[in-house]
Amino acid sequence: MSTAGFNSQNGAGTGQPYSNGPSQNPVGLQQLPGAGYGSGHQSPFNLMQAKAPSPSVPGHYSPGPFQPLPPGSPYHLSPSPTAYPAPQGQPLLTAPLIGRPPSQTPPHSASSSPGLRLIPAQPTPPPPPAVSSSSYHQNPLQTAAPAWHYNTSQPTMRSPAPMILPPHGPVANNVNPAASLAGQSLPPPPLSSAAYNTSPPSPHLSQTQSQPQGLGMPPTSLHGYGQPGSAPPPMNPMAPHTYQPIRPAYGPPPTGPPPPMRPTPPPTGPPAASGTPPPTKADGAVAGNGPQATNSYNHVDSKMAGLAQPGPPGRHLGHYPSLPPGYQNTSGPPAPSPMHPAMQAATQPYTQAPQAYQQMSGGPGMAQLSPSLASMSLQSGTPEALRVVNLLQERNLLPPTPISAPTPCLTQDLQRINCSPEVYRCTLTSIPQTQSLLNKAKLPLGLLLHPFKDLSQLPVVTSSTIVRCRSCRTYINPFVSFLDQRRWKCNLCYRVNDVPEEFMYNPVSRSYGEPHKRPEVQNATIEFIAPSEYMLRPPQPAVYLFVLDVSHNAVEKGYLNVFCQSLLDNINALPGDSRTKVGFITFDSTVHFYNLQEGLSQPQMLIVSDIEDIFLPTPDSLLVNLNECKELVQDLLKSLPSLFQKTMETQSALGAALQAAFKLLSPTGGRMSVFQTQLPNLGVGALQSREDPNQRASAKEIQHLSPATDFYKKLALDCSGQQVAVDLFLLSSQYCDLASLGCISRYSAGNVYYYPSYHHQHSPAQVECFQKDLKRYLTRKIGFEAVMRIRCTKGLSIHTFHGNFFVRSTDLLSLPNVNPDAGFAVQMSIDENLVDTQVVSFQAALLYTSSKGERRIRVHTLCLPVVNSLTDIFAGADVQAISGLLACMAVDRSVTASLGDARDAMINAAIDSLASYRQFALTIQQPGLLAPACLRLFPLYILALLKQKAFRLGTSTRLDDRVFAMCQLKYQPLAYAMPMIHPSLYRLDDLTDEGALNVNERTIPQPRVLQLSVEKLSRDGAFLMDAGTVMYLWIGRNCNPIFLTQVLGVPSYADVLDNLYVLPEIDSAESQRTRALIGWLRDQRPFYPSLHVIKDESQLKASLLQHMIEDRTDSALSYYEFLLHLQQKITK
Amino acid sequence: MAFTFAAFCYMLALLLTAALIFFAIWHIIAFDELKTDYKNPIDQCNTLNPLVLPEYLIHFFFCVMFFCAAEWLTLFLNLPLLAYHVWRYMSRPVMSCPGLYDPTTIMNADILAYCQKEGWCKLAFYLLSFFYYLYGYVFLTLVKRILHCSVKNNYFNNFFKAIGSHCKRVKEPH
Repeated sequence: MSTAGFNSQNGAGTGQPYSNGPSQNPVGLQQLPGAGYGSGHQSPFNLMQAKAPSPSVPGHYSPGPFQPLPPGSPYHLSPSPTAYPAPQGQPLLTAPLIGRPPSQTPPHSASSSPGLRLIPAQPTPPPPPAVSSSSYHQNPLQTAAPAWHYNTSQPTMRSPAPMILPPHGPVANNVNPAASLAGQSLPPPPLSSAAYNTSPPSPHLSQTQSQPQGLGMPPTSLHGYGQPGSAPPPMNPMAPHTYQPIRPAYGPPPTGPPPPMRPTPPPTGPPAASGTPPPTKADGAVAGNGPQATNSYNHVDSKMAGLAQPGPPGRHLGHYPSLPPGYQNTSGPPAPSPMHPAMQAATQPYTQAPQAYQQMSGGPGMAQLSPSLASMSLQSGTPEALRVVNLLQERNLLPPTPISAPTPCLTQDLQRINCSPEVYRCTLTSIPQTQSLLNKAKLPLGLLLHPFKDLSQLPVVTSSTIVRCRSCRTYINPFVSFLDQRRWKCNLCYRVNDVPEEFMYNPVSRSYGEPHKRPEVQNATIEFIAPSEYMLRPPQPAVYLFVLDVSHNAVEKGYLNVFCQSLLDNINALPGDSRTKVGFITFDSTVHFYNLQEGLSQPQMLIVSDIEDIFLPTPDSLLVNLNECKELVQDLLKSLPSLFQKTMETQSALGAALQAAFKLLSPTGGRMSVFQTQLPNLGVGALQSREDPNQRASAKEIQHLSPATDFYKKLALDCSGQQVAVDLFLLSSQYCDLASLGCISRYSAGNVYYYPSYHHQHSPAQVECFQKDLKRYLTRKIGFEAVMRIRCTKGLSIHTFHGNFFVRSTDLLSLPNVNPDAGFAVQMSIDENLVDTQVVSFQAALLYTSSKGERRIRVHTLCLPVVNSLTDIFAGADVQAISGLLACMAVDRSVTASLGDARDAMINAAIDSLASYRQFALTIQQPGLLAPACLRLFPLYILALLKQKAFRLGTSTRLDDRVFAMCQLKYQPLAYAMPMIHPSLYRLDDLTDEGALNVNERTIPQPRVLQLSVEKLSRDGAFLMDAGTVMYLWIGRNCNPIFLTQVLGVPSYADVLDNLYVLPEIDSAESQRTRALIGWLRDQRPFYPSLHVIKDESQLKASLLQHMIEDRTDSALSYYEFLLHLQQKITK
Repeated sequence: MAFTFAAFCYMLALLLTAALIFFAIWHIIAFDELKTDYKNPIDQCNTLNPLVLPEYLIHFFFCVMFFCAAEWLTLFLNLPLLAYHVWRYMSRPVMSCPGLYDPTTIMNADILAYCQKEGWCKLAFYLLSFFYYLYGYVFLTLVKRILHCSVKNNYFNNFFKAIGSHCKRVKEPH
């Protein structure tokens, strides 16, 4: 039954024929419309958004819950403008709280008393209570329906201008009533799916939809997150093709041959030529393509590198030269480079590339190739993910577009409603049946979650009873089975439960007796407004306490001005309601409190110098209601920077200040933001410098990665118990012992921000970065007193959690605050064999109090197939998720054991899994380093991790930088962590609009992703490296003068300033394209990557080169050497 | 003479081992509760941590006693555990209070499993050593006494009839 239900549901989906076969490449499909890069993180979600009318503002994420903007979304570039609703919403945010209040209050009350809730919700009018928001807006009438209100976020999407929403922004999940109204215009029906799919028809959609039928490509892409692949073939079902995302823009989708497996041709110029050829069986017959391919490559070359060399020696073509290519650190492309210029060309879609090379290479390569060809042809039936790749021979493995998550091989019905990979990713999209099978595969099993991500559409349900399994307490979800009308079987523990009477009524269709069509059963991501049973105490108000370092060092840094200004600007955008409270504490060698009690004419400063036994001078008036005392707060913020201008106090009693702050917050809970600029050296929690600068470049062991004292950890645990989260902003150029200080945030579910060289005058780039980060920080959505429980199907269990939180029991995380930028990782183990089950499910339920004082539960459910063969496991491996999880595990290992151990463990992970693949999954043995296509980037990512700041050895790395990099790896959601692990390199001087995305009416060019090797840099070009938290724009010495004048605004190379960090706004096509690309990349993340323009002789060039992962450095292997090392270990 | 220092050691060890057995059982129960979600790890660590040092000290204490009593075999049997305790305490996480268990890491499946296993192993060891000490005590206080006592000691004649003849034989040389 249930399945039937599903089908019917999806609005978009309905009616569309899903063809099984071809659909395999979902990603490709989605992209067809033109979303080029976005595909990486494709999510249907985005698509939807895209459709919405576009909000104009590109930039920031709106903190607001509903507002999509989630970082993730940006990735997805939805073609249509609307995609990002409120991005730059910041301005919006600033909108006074006042606007919000009306909506807020109601919800609040509603939540507190269930009874009330129901009723009020009904009111259709826009202004309505937040609760109402929950009602589905689509059909106003429906809303009237009794208890249930669903809010599909659709409205939001549609809402023309996100701008309007602003007030909501901060509000956590509430749907914007206004938005909802707008949304109503939508077709009422398909709620569930609607959430995701229903976006208003965009050209996009129409395109895609139409296509499918003809082409045999299922429209599925439209829907949900992934496409369900074809029906799961027993063997390797779906090889998710993720890797070869087609670049939509280039090939008009329709024309492209439907062959699922085929990646479409590479985007760039040559596309037509090169693209078409490969089509044939990927695997085998490359036949006639050879020449064409070559041509195309050359073409590319000439275009890109400007090299004239036409005919490179054949032998270089297909495979690596026997010696590793020269690793020139020099700038331009080495002329003598052994590689064919073609290789230098931007990456080609990998499938093609190799083949083409193989063909061409007449000589030496042939013999070796033949076996692989043979095997390929034999396996021609196998999915793309399993195509055997000889890593030693295929150089250009990197797909030209971002990599997307593989699609689990589930039936389309299940896949369509499955949870978005942006929220939930599993390292193995096919779960092994037994632990022994998992051990054999040598791949880690785990989940990467981004549970509180800003979602563009989130159905919200208000109902008096939340249906849950009676034994395991699982929330009802799309993957349960209905035995009949009145009973459902839990998909986690298999208990049969009754369907409560209320659940029989479907508010969406206003029909009775169709429990399987309710939104809870139609959406893998859903939010409930929790009744009072889910509260241990009345929902807390939003409480923000700022703890500021005002010692001499801090004043010197000059961060106070920026902080106070940002807070003044955003004070109305702080998420909260009429109960919001704020407070301030400053400290140097003493602790200063500020009495902001209403009625005072100006803030009163109270100094406590007894730091050994800190106490609160006036407990009542230090935390004040923001709305009532706003003027005093503003006064204080204006006077604070000047207050300490002359201070000569150099000591820092951070420990005492934290204790005081904890005392202040403990009755309510809330968020504590700590700004620290030096090593705390006074009173409790004092630390000593442990770093020996001479050891920074040590190739041996790195000491002091673990905390020096447990003071901060204990305090964090106390905070966690009182629902207080501590966010740490560390602005210090000196050693601050982040390893110890970081504990305060780590165990209280806070964040750590680190600005190592911050100075208000000397490092404008960091100041900008700090400003932007602060703005996002202050205005983003926030959830208080949260807990997250992760449940999984019986037989699986949770082994370890990674992230910032406190683990309160085996599956429960205590998160005093939860924010939309927090990611979590979970290692799983298989306790019992999953022999009788076809699919397993994972459910993450996040219970939190929104800033409006509503108790809400956000539930994500992911369903994955169970397989019993190693081949299938390999076919379902998600290389990015695996790398992300391994990084988390390696961080733990470096702290508990040693960095060397952690590095060895990562290398062993690569060796073991590839060896296991060779031994068990490969039918034909052949020489070389073989990997399935889905894991072909695995060694590259491992190498990238080894060269990452967190794990590198032998390169001078400050201890705090290293520890911070480790924190980031554990804490950042995968989508943000990937660029930090493996940066992307683009060529900027020849940007074209070809294949560009359209976001918010801005055209965003989509250059190819180049390999990270100096040989890709050419002296006559300009290249952008996006390394996650920082971007480098490298200008070649002979850079195209047009680029210099039109983008950088300087007449010649010599005039480029050395520390340029902002691109001038020049009204030229080149400048606009460049800025659009950089702006778009920035918009994809919640933090603000600063841009550094680098010339050949710049000091920063070294840091750029450190990111050139494929090159050799003094202390680390080149990619090719690394592969040889792996091969040696594997064959041994 | 009859009640030697060694016998005293055994008797004391017997009593203390009984206490250690309770510690071990407590430990096992506590981790089981953690695993089944009944307890908050912070509370649990707060109750477990104060017990760690006493346990180690008790064990160390009667090892020293056996050393003084020159009970080499017994000492030898206890040395591995003593070494383990020293190692375990040396490698504890950074903590300001005595104890071993850190509430932030204790929920890790590996650590939890390790602690549980450790609890069972210790329980087994303490139980075995309990009986061993009992045997040692009885051997020293009773058997040896009989061996050394004169035959006149009727009190035990009946009791040790089985070995009576042997006793006599042994006694005769004197």
